[in-house]
Amino acid sequence: MTVTEVEQGRIRSPFYPRQARIDRLNLWHDWKGYLSADGFYDTALEYFAVRNSTGVFDISPMSKYRISGPDSLAFVDRLVTRDMRKLAPGRVAYAVWCDDEGQVIDDGTIFHLQEGVYRICSQERHMSWFKAAALGMAVTIVDETAEVCGLAVQGPTSFSVLDAMELDGIENLRPFGLTTFDFQGAELMVSRTGFTGDLGYEMWITPGKAFDLWDALFEAGKLFGIRAIGTHALDQSRIEAGFIQAYIDFLPACVTVRPGRSRSPLELGLEWLVDLKKPNFNGRHALAEEKLTGSTWRLVKLDIEGNKPAHHSYIYPRKGKSEACGFITSAAWSPVCKQNIALGTVRTPRGNVGDTLYVEIYYQREMHWSKVIAEATVVAKPFWDPPRRRATPPERF
Amino acid sequence: MAGKYDAIVIGAGHNGLVCAALLAKAGNETLVLEANERVGGAAVTRSFTEGYSVSAIAHLLYQLQPQIEDDLELKGGLTTEKLGTVALSRDGNHVRIGSDDDVSGVSVEDKASYRHFRKRMTRFADLLNTYLNKTAPRLASGASKSDKLTLARLGFDVRRLGRREMREFLRLIGMNIRDEVFEHFESALLRGAISLDATLGTRLGPRSPNTILTYLYRLAGTHASLRLPTGGMSAVSEALAHSARENGAIIHTGVKVSRIIVENGHVAGVETESGDIFSSSLVVSNADPKSTMMKLVGSKNLETGFTRRVHQIRMCGSAAKLHLALDGLPSIAGVEGSEFGARFLIAPDDAYVERAFNYVKYGETSVKPVFEITFPSFRDSTLAPAGKHVMSAIIQYVPYELRSGWSVDTREAFRKVAVETLSDYMPEVEQRITGWELLTPADIEEQFHITGGHWHHGELALDQFLFTRPIGGAHQYAMPVGGLYLCGAGTHPGGGVSGAAGRNAARVILTRENTV
Repeated sequence: MTVTEVEQGRIRSPFYPRQARIDRLNLWHDWKGYLSADGFYDTALEYFAVRNSTGVFDISPMSKYRISGPDSLAFVDRLVTRDMRKLAPGRVAYAVWCDDEGQVIDDGTIFHLQEGVYRICSQERHMSWFKAAALGMAVTIVDETAEVCGLAVQGPTSFSVLDAMELDGIENLRPFGLTTFDFQGAELMVSRTGFTGDLGYEMWITPGKAFDLWDALFEAGKLFGIRAIGTHALDQSRIEAGFIQAYIDFLPACVTVRPGRSRSPLELGLEWLVDLKKPNFNGRHALAEEKLTGSTWRLVKLDIEGNKPAHHSYIYPRKGKSEACGFITSAAWSPVCKQNIALGTVRTPRGNVGDTLYVEIYYQREMHWSKVIAEATVVAKPFWDPPRRRATPPERF
Repeated sequence: MAGKYDAIVIGAGHNGLVCAALLAKAGNETLVLEANERVGGAAVTRSFTEGYSVSAIAHLLYQLQPQIEDDLELKGGLTTEKLGTVALSRDGNHVRIGSDDDVSGVSVEDKASYRHFRKRMTRFADLLNTYLNKTAPRLASGASKSDKLTLARLGFDVRRLGRREMREFLRLIGMNIRDEVFEHFESALLRGAISLDATLGTRLGPRSPNTILTYLYRLAGTHASLRLPTGGMSAVSEALAHSARENGAIIHTGVKVSRIIVENGHVAGVETESGDIFSSSLVVSNADPKSTMMKLVGSKNLETGFTRRVHQIRMCGSAAKLHLALDGLPSIAGVEGSEFGARFLIAPDDAYVERAFNYVKYGETSVKPVFEITFPSFRDSTLAPAGKHVMSAIIQYVPYELRSGWSVDTREAFRKVAVETLSDYMPEVEQRITGWELLTPADIEEQFHITGGHWHHGELALDQFLFTRPIGGAHQYAMPVGGLYLCGAGTHPGGGVSGAAGRNAARVILTRENTV
């Protein structure tokens, strides 16, 4: 009898052997059962790759659900809060989905692959909810998380890298557009999407071609400063872009136990995604009601004085003694903006754009704790939003 | 056909008729659309073979709420005198339960125990009955003053039973009937009879939790005094339809609604299978919650959490109906010819009922099924030719989803099993059969448009009762589509020819909607 070894523990992405080759830190964490790198050599350098050249992040662990069938449009349209009838084939939409109480379950991107065929990409897994949402509808839902692997190629030189790969017509791909190429006999899908708020693309391919894609990409990117990056660099970038993340800036409604711990899209600054003119979608009743009666919470982007990141800080309405009105969920010193930035949650009516709030920051110097009360201004726009993010065709380097 | 109405009621089951009659009585122009050719839904008399008719599903009247007879001024004469029960024994030593709770064929101790048992049960059933005839209160935020009052009164009424009886009530309400009858009675026949009454029409065995609740539910209202309407159950339905028409309602039969039209989150009317559209901003469905929400409204018009919960309502029927045309009454050992007006039970002890139930859990039919039998033609000559008779029997347990699938063969196989079991008690019954009809839960679904063929439009269990019937948050008849209400057995309080759901729904609608 022969004993074969069974692979156990976290799943390795199809790109893992390539990543292992360049990895110097051996810092990995779990992302929905997959091994995902915190960083590969130096997280600061990786961050600067995203902002100054090109960073490549492995998005293979992203949940990917393929929705097809006669009711596919009806399905996605009822699932999310925005109007999906407006999403043409070849386009991608950022969307958020709620439970019946109008509380956010997750956000993600929806790819209209071809007429009536969609792919929903998200950080969390959602088969159970999608199956429930499919009751009474003629749709097929396939979890293709393992069948499609992906790389986010993000940064100012990313266009030049893809151009050097000879992806014909890539210069015409607009933000939130998607297109396909033949890549060594396999279909390579490229979408102009990302989680960094910068010029960037996401490339999707069958796992069998993972090495080839990686090699071709890094070969083409040699002169454009291409670097693999881990979650640290990505997290830094997404805070600068003002993007929220499940389990950090909000909890998926399906995992909260205590009342008031979940958030509605209105409370997360995603009102622009909620189309109450649609006759029906999950959470519509509750959101229409909330719109009338007002929200409890508000997500704020804060520009904070000083240079000490306000991790987990309380937010106060006044400098003097007062009751906390909220807390910070994501914080970072932004090297590219030269700003001390944060995302936070405050109780309404606090947190209007332009309001001054106060953040209690604790920091350590040689074991001893100190604190400062730093002034923070509520800002409207993302901290980092360069024109190149939208430029079509993008600038060549 | 087309038209615009103040209210449209889908389905002329008894609850739909009660609701329509009350809406019309309040001055609303009300249209009732019934898919079948006759009104009544599952309370209907049908011919099943040339010259023989029978109450097709429900065959005894014991739950019709007295308030409804008053509200709708139903004239008496609907029914004959109360029926006694004979729990059959193969050796002829039957146990007889009179309509006055007097039991014969048991020990002196059992007699006394039964009186005591019935006294307690009817007291609890009376308590329950008050709340069956009220809208179940809201528990969560948004509870109105009357919700809070109802809830407080429920608590107060339970407390008012006295410390001992309150404890008994709280102990018994979730319990199974088998433990209770086993504790009180030595007579196996008596234990079997009560076990059968507690589980009739459900997908529960006597050892299943909350079968005391189902027993209490049976007693609520009239203490389960059994009556056989002359002319079968259609007599009740026709009386209700007559009352609805008298109040101005229009009833169309043979018109099947295929869709409830929803526009911008509010009902706009209904579309029939033939493509006719009837408009109304108020639609009341007597159909079960699953049919109404998943088929007629469609999940596209509803939210996911809601449809998931509707989808999960347990409603697989396990009661079949067997109708036999007989060329004469079969002889039963120890039963006089004059006794055939009674109700007969084949449930010789509680373990027999539980064993019969086991099969249905695995998608099989009982090898020795349980029977509730009447010979309605014995009192009612309209149902069979002179000298001939009709037998109407409820048989348990027969699964909605037979593992081997329902076909001509599997149905015939079960009919044989049923007749064999009957022959144990009525040896010559097989020779007397001149025609028959077997309705499995799958047939009931198809012919009476009840999902799962479940009489109660949803299992009657603590998790689908009061505040959670049909589902929590939607238990006050209004559905999460503007102008849409349910009024059938799937809503509070539940099934049985009681009319309580239809009446409660009408009262909610008349309070909430800006009707005439």
